[in-house]
Amino acid sequence: MKSTILQTASRYLLPILLLFSFFLLLRGHYFPGGGFVGGLVASIAFVLHSFAHGTNETMKILRYKPLSLIPIGLGISAFSMFMPAIFGLPVMTGLWLEHPIPVIGMIGTALLFDIGIYLVVIGVVLTILFTISLSSD
Amino acid sequence: MLFTVLLGLITSSLIVPFGRFVKTKWGIILAFIPLLLFLYYLQYIPLISWDKSYVQHIDWIPSLGVNFDLRLDGLSLLFSLLITGIGTCIFFYAKSYLKNDPYIDRFFGYLCLFMSAMLGLVLSDNIFLLFTFWELTSISSFFLIGFNNDHAVSRKSALTALSVTGLGGFFLLAGLVLMGNIAQTYSISELAEKAQLIQDHELFPYILGLVILGAMTKSAQFPFHFWLPGAMKAPTPVSAYLHSATMVKAGIYLLARFFPILGSNPAWTYSLMIIGGITMLYGAFHSLFRTDMKGVLAYSTISALGILVFLLGIGTEDAIIAVAVFIVVHALYKATLFLITGIIDHATHTRDLSVLQGLRKVLLPVAIAGFLAALSSAGVPLTLGFIGKDLIYEATLHSEQHVAIYLTVAAVITNILLVSAGFMAGIKPFMGTLPEKFEKINMPAKSLWIPPLILALLGVLFGCFPHIIGDWIAQPTVNSIMKVKTDFHLQIWHGFNLVLLLSALTIILGTILYFINKPNPRKLQWIERLNFIAPLTIFQKAYQRIYNFSTSYSNYFHNGYLRSYLLKIIIFAEVLLAYQLYLGGPLHINWDLLSAISVYEVVTVLIVFGAVALTLSTASRLTAVVATSVIGYGICLLFVFYSAPDLAMTQFTIDTLTVVLFVLVLFKLPPFLNLAKKRILIRDVVVAIVFGMILSMVAIRVLHVPTHIAISEFYGKNAYLLAKGRNVVNVLLVDFRGFDTMFEIIVLSIAALGVYSLLKLRLKSSEKE
Repeated sequence: MKSTILQTASRYLLPILLLFSFFLLLRGHYFPGGGFVGGLVASIAFVLHSFAHGTNETMKILRYKPLSLIPIGLGISAFSMFMPAIFGLPVMTGLWLEHPIPVIGMIGTALLFDIGIYLVVIGVVLTILFTISLSSD
Repeated sequence: MLFTVLLGLITSSLIVPFGRFVKTKWGIILAFIPLLLFLYYLQYIPLISWDKSYVQHIDWIPSLGVNFDLRLDGLSLLFSLLITGIGTCIFFYAKSYLKNDPYIDRFFGYLCLFMSAMLGLVLSDNIFLLFTFWELTSISSFFLIGFNNDHAVSRKSALTALSVTGLGGFFLLAGLVLMGNIAQTYSISELAEKAQLIQDHELFPYILGLVILGAMTKSAQFPFHFWLPGAMKAPTPVSAYLHSATMVKAGIYLLARFFPILGSNPAWTYSLMIIGGITMLYGAFHSLFRTDMKGVLAYSTISALGILVFLLGIGTEDAIIAVAVFIVVHALYKATLFLITGIIDHATHTRDLSVLQGLRKVLLPVAIAGFLAALSSAGVPLTLGFIGKDLIYEATLHSEQHVAIYLTVAAVITNILLVSAGFMAGIKPFMGTLPEKFEKINMPAKSLWIPPLILALLGVLFGCFPHIIGDWIAQPTVNSIMKVKTDFHLQIWHGFNLVLLLSALTIILGTILYFINKPNPRKLQWIERLNFIAPLTIFQKAYQRIYNFSTSYSNYFHNGYLRSYLLKIIIFAEVLLAYQLYLGGPLHINWDLLSAISVYEVVTVLIVFGAVALTLSTASRLTAVVATSVIGYGICLLFVFYSAPDLAMTQFTIDTLTVVLFVLVLFKLPPFLNLAKKRILIRDVVVAIVFGMILSMVAIRVLHVPTHIAISEFYGKNAYLLAKGRNVVNVLLVDFRGFDTMFEIIVLSIAALGVYSLLKLRLKSSEKE
């Protein structure tokens, strides 16, 4: 599936879609969006790129195996889950910074948790899809 | 106290990375763990008195009443000392015994785990904690019994032991939970205060039965005894540890622990007396026919356990004193006999009693240990066994008038047989002339023969100075079982009385029996002819039936075809849903409640219909996939119309990715051919249409059910207040139900790992077997 139009388009679509996925991730707590959808959109961005350029090219952009995103994501989520315990609060208590940060908004453990989900979803989707597509070559 | 339980657990997990260390000679350091614990518990001897116990309370899941409560009283102390004391001997012994075993690190890992589990069991004061450790002993003993896992027999006996004791665990759990619910507490010491409440409850017979069943399976009482002789396939140190002081005594411990709660009523007394009585006679009788040293010991262990249960059943003060002392007596001599069996096995490579003789000439210290242990088991004066036997007769003679005579006769017969069994294992191999083939045997390493010798000498030491055991160990034990202060002192000499006469009679008749009864393979064959009615055979037959049933069951439901799974799942759902719909009465649609249909919805639904038609009619696999995704997108649009943007977004992306996945997989599939027969096609069509109809009816029914808006109101109100988020869906995902999400992403990760390992780590065809 080497089409010039798709190849050119995907070169621009990849960063835009990634940006969009990040946007979805950040706004999730207040408007439709969230880590899960964000992660799916980000993986679609990479899948689109792999359709245009071939999976091996996409793997080069990623540099690391998508599999390695899974433990990182799980680690971040678990960390945000247990962080309240450090302060002597029950596990999974929401902790928030007092003042919002410009552009991003309120920051709290929920966002950290969502980032973990985001990474796990990307890791899982890309691992499954790329493994299958590479093994069918 | 907590550290004593955790030490073994931590050690056993440290052995995983540092296993190589255990294989060097420095591995002997491990044996200092039980020694350390033993010394730790020794210091409690002067501190524990009849009403004083040490408690450590740690909250675990307080909302469910599951707490890590540890309590050290007399009974716990007795068992803790046995577990760690005998454990020390076993650890030193096993290090030499398994010196050349490539998996010795694993062995010590299991052993530490087992020791911790036993300690936890005897210390826990919460019934759930007790049950957890109870199961942990079953599991760790499974690994120990099946340690030689390259032998099929070994694996099988380990599995038998696990399934029997595991079954008992179920009974026990049920009994414990019932008890806890009645008394509204899960703490054992609080349960004891509410004993009357439990005993007066109508469910009491069931509770009693369930707890006794649990104890019976663990302590190898007839008819669940058969796992114990099978467990002799374990390496000898394991048999010595499990069957002298720990595993099988767990059931005895359980009964003693629950004596204040369930005991002292006719149901308890008679059931335990009957079970224990049958077991002690059965075990002792069977031990006569064995030619394998371990077989003799296995059946005499069963018999000794029977005696303990029997005494607990009698339940008088005399009987409980006898229990406390006999536990020590048995642990000391049985561990010794097992350990010398191991030495003999190592040196001569046989355990056959009809071959072994004259070994005293080459293994003198071992012979001394064996002699002393055999004398203690026979109850010869100046050994602890003598005092134990005296107490047993004392207990039976002073039980209720009308049964005293029968109980005494049963106890005497059992003991006569046990005398013979003890002599057989402890004296027989060392007597007579030494055969030529055994002349070249060298003395084993010191760490092999010193532990049994120490244990045997202790038996004599305590026999000469019985007040050591009596005042320091037995008295606190009896007090914590009886819950009242008792004052007794053990003595060597009680004067000439009926008990002494019975003791003398036992020893004389037992010795005569020993000389008459020569170990002979033919006798073994004779008793094995009765095997067809043995509980083991019944168990094996039941096992085979269950196995066959589950094989055919799995083959039918788990045949590996996705289409068959789907069909079965859908039909099952149809039956359930149809039944529910039938119960709900007639359906009717309230048109007033429905909103008007907009043109967007009509168009979307028409598109979906078109896509369905295309999916069904197309001959191309790819077209079918694309058409299905059109259906998905149509549904997404409907979500958008009904203001569920989060759902729609997720569904859109998922649909897209599913198509990609399909395309990637379809690439490899053969062309789309319709191979189905007409009959099967019709069946599938019927199932599909019925399912669709039922789901539509469910949807209509849902409209009638008054919605519980309390839940959505709660989330709507509190999403911002509690979790500072305006998007309720997301707040639910990351905050209110964050645990669910956490587990979901773990599941996702496992799925990805599964796909990855299935495809990437495929064995090359040359690597397949």
